[in-house]
Amino acid sequence: MAAVKGRVVVDIERCKGCAVCVAACPFDVLAMAREVNGKGYHFSFMARPENCTGCASCALVCPDSCITVFRQLKKQEA
Amino acid sequence: MAQECMAGEQVVYAKNRLVTDNVMHYCPGCSHGTIHKIIGEVITELGLEDNCIGVSPVGCSVLAYNYLDIDWAESAHGRACAVATGIKRVYPDKMVFTYQGDGDLAAIGTGETIHACNRGENITVIYVNNAIYGMTGGQMSPTTLTGMVTATSPRGRDVNLHGYPYKIGDMVAMLDGVCYVTRQAVNSPANVRKAKKAVRTAFENSMNRKGLSLVEFVATCSSGWKLSPVDANRWMEENLIPAYPLGDIKNV
Repeated sequence: MAAVKGRVVVDIERCKGCAVCVAACPFDVLAMAREVNGKGYHFSFMARPENCTGCASCALVCPDSCITVFRQLKKQEA
Repeated sequence: MAQECMAGEQVVYAKNRLVTDNVMHYCPGCSHGTIHKIIGEVITELGLEDNCIGVSPVGCSVLAYNYLDIDWAESAHGRACAVATGIKRVYPDKMVFTYQGDGDLAAIGTGETIHACNRGENITVIYVNNAIYGMTGGQMSPTTLTGMVTATSPRGRDVNLHGYPYKIGDMVAMLDGVCYVTRQAVNSPANVRKAKKAVRTAFENSMNRKGLSLVEFVATCSSGWKLSPVDANRWMEENLIPAYPLGDIKNV
């Protein structure tokens, strides 16, 4: 369980399945889905969501800007 | 597609609003998409959305005007620096940049580029070097590495026949009109952050009328190199970056 909890949302219809985000993720959160999107690409999804810290490494390298990253606020901020 | 933020959460990263909802025609994993995104983010941060003009080239990025919601002009093949010179002289208060590939800037447009650099026009040149002619099917370009196999050099680039890889960045850095030359890549999150800083410096230089800034991107062409996007990034790290080392070449 990661100390800082994050979450990513992939726009699966925009994703082209290049897997650059999977290689960039330092915590092995993302993987390519077995299913395909409307264009026939295997899209990326959160295979291990519990490891995500919301570091946005995946979103930075995504060439198609399909990833939105959220991070849980700390208790005192919320 | 806008994403809803749940209670107790903050958005860390979202699609830049200058990047349009059009699906890019680039191949999966193409560096162009990441570079477009960086340009959009820097323009938003500098507040130049209504005050900048891009000049798009001929090459894969010929349709760049479909993907970034700013003003664009389309130039003839290789003539982006000449078109940008005219625009900047008519609108000296606008931020004018060109976006060119190695086929456009380093092959057909070498003359225009060098003369714009030598005149010290207050423009920014974004130069995407993937060592291949990507749009036409992976032919050898002036920046193709020695020994690299392409569609038109099936036995590898031979220096006796085709000459040496063309290092535009190192060459224009010698000219007095150029204030900033840097070489960047977008293969890893750390490099994307560095590249964004470099583009920001270049745009600020052209607004401060310091001279021409050139940001060279060492990029991938997974389709032209016949590799998967992840393998193309690895191949680039092992072969292209040693030949075109990253970092600032000139900063005055």
